[in-house]
Amino acid sequence: MSVRLVADRPLLVTLRQDGPIPLDVEFTCHSGEVLAIFGPSGSGKTTILRSVAGLYQPSHASIRSGADTWTDTSRGTFVPPYRRAVGLVFQEYALFPHLTAVLNVMTALGHRPRVERRHKAEALLNLVHLGGHLSRKPNELSGGERQRVALARALAREPAVLLLDEPFAAVDRSVRRRLQNEIDSLRRSLDMPLILVTHDFEDVVRLATHVLMLERGRAVACGPISTLMSRPDLSWLREAVGLGSVFDATVTRLHADRGLVELAFDGGTLFAPARHVAASAAVRVRIPAREIVLATSAPTGLSLHNVLPGVVTAVHADTAFEAVVVQLTVGGVVLLAEVTRDAVGRLGIDVGQRLHALIKSVSIELLASDANNTEENR
Amino acid sequence: MDWAALRISLWLGAGTMAILLPLGVWFGRLLAVRDFRGKLLVEALVTVPLVLPPTVLGFYLLVTFGVRSPIGQAFQALVGHPLPFSFQGLLLASAIANIPFVVQPIQRGFEAIPSDVRDAAACCGLTPWQQFLRIELPLAWPGLLTASILTFTHTLGEFGVVLMVGGNLPGQTRTLSVAIYDRMQAFDDRSAGVMAATLLAISVATLMTTTALSRRVSPSRG
Repeated sequence: MSVRLVADRPLLVTLRQDGPIPLDVEFTCHSGEVLAIFGPSGSGKTTILRSVAGLYQPSHASIRSGADTWTDTSRGTFVPPYRRAVGLVFQEYALFPHLTAVLNVMTALGHRPRVERRHKAEALLNLVHLGGHLSRKPNELSGGERQRVALARALAREPAVLLLDEPFAAVDRSVRRRLQNEIDSLRRSLDMPLILVTHDFEDVVRLATHVLMLERGRAVACGPISTLMSRPDLSWLREAVGLGSVFDATVTRLHADRGLVELAFDGGTLFAPARHVAASAAVRVRIPAREIVLATSAPTGLSLHNVLPGVVTAVHADTAFEAVVVQLTVGGVVLLAEVTRDAVGRLGIDVGQRLHALIKSVSIELLASDANNTEENR
Repeated sequence: MDWAALRISLWLGAGTMAILLPLGVWFGRLLAVRDFRGKLLVEALVTVPLVLPPTVLGFYLLVTFGVRSPIGQAFQALVGHPLPFSFQGLLLASAIANIPFVVQPIQRGFEAIPSDVRDAAACCGLTPWQQFLRIELPLAWPGLLTASILTFTHTLGEFGVVLMVGGNLPGQTRTLSVAIYDRMQAFDDRSAGVMAATLLAISVATLMTTTALSRRVSPSRG
């Protein structure tokens, strides 16, 4: 648990309705957390965001931000969107086409005294690295630049919650990576709940602290990302992107000569291929379940770098899949390994058993989440 | 050259615009952003004056405004003279005949604003009035301009409705287009020619101004 310097103003949301868009979700998002709402197109992700912003009213809803009630259908409370402290970045950005970048941002500064607005808007555009494009209109900006204006405009409202609707869907891959890093560093400086709607799993792994998985308007699973990603039974996720545990680690040493970096995590040490990461940088690690090999004893004479001893904490066999998912706890981290039924039988894998997880260093997905690491590429 | 007729034509054009624009903005926006039962029928009714022969429209308006109708009686009781064959009657008839020319371009203008942009305005903390004045109206502006020009030029050229409802009273209801017809009937080709050329010049000048203005205000041109 991190120490909070500013009073937490959590967002508490309960939404239920049968149609026309079915919804059945309940979640809380605290200041400093990034909740990713992840699911296929048409699962109701955007509807959830629009409900929070007050642009949509489900038949049964309760939405509270700290002490303020924004929506409460049981009591007939509904605060219109223009009186909710919400910053919303629309999927297509929805900038005002007739206004310059700085005027777009100033539009959301109506709560500030008139004399402060321009200065504040310029400061926000500088924050998103657009200080040089103040007087450009949206059609004179690139996709990535428009997204930054939209972000600055959302922040200008000084919102109690920041909502991002598929923020990277309309930009190409290289811009996408840079924007992800920028949003990641930005949200560390913002003390507010952040909700990110996405159908791209990479967004989730890179940015989320918490995940809500949505299927046809229903929350399939919800919780902290590392907990959720170590669950062996999420067949939906398994089908969509494949299982794999996600946890945070720190770069302890760079072995440039060997082309490796050494990572410390809550369970030991890992070696991963060297990327453009700095020593002592915080990184997020994802290890796909298919890439882990299990052994009853520590093998020798292998090219492998990573041999982690652990204890089996769950074995999940899903009839829909041929492979079995074994959950292995290594120190404070939970790994998932996908192995064949045959392997489970041969090794007699069962809960409580001590096993070794063998992981090729090249299988380890490193997602730098360090703010000063915007040049990372691959 | 019948200066009184020119004056009446211009007043009629400006008056029709003044009456219809506020109504057109309200109604066109309503049709653009709201969905309601019977919207299709309402849209069809709005378009009717466009497809109806002007004499047919003029006939029905004359019947509606006549002293035997409640509207006609109410007007006579209030103002002291009958509605048909008066400038007021002409103005009202012209306003009704021009409804499609105002409502449709304005509706298209508001429809062209993405719903996300409207929502973004609300999320920026703008009240519904501020959203309308600062975001929607500037973006729908080309539609308003088109509506104004169409109404004005169409009113200048209107003949059937004017003749049916207003008659041909010099200095009161005789517009330039009626005066042209009147002069032709009297074999005064020279006067008719001068007035026809005047109407043509006004129309061309108006359309040129519109084009120039719309280039300047069009948001896509920056």
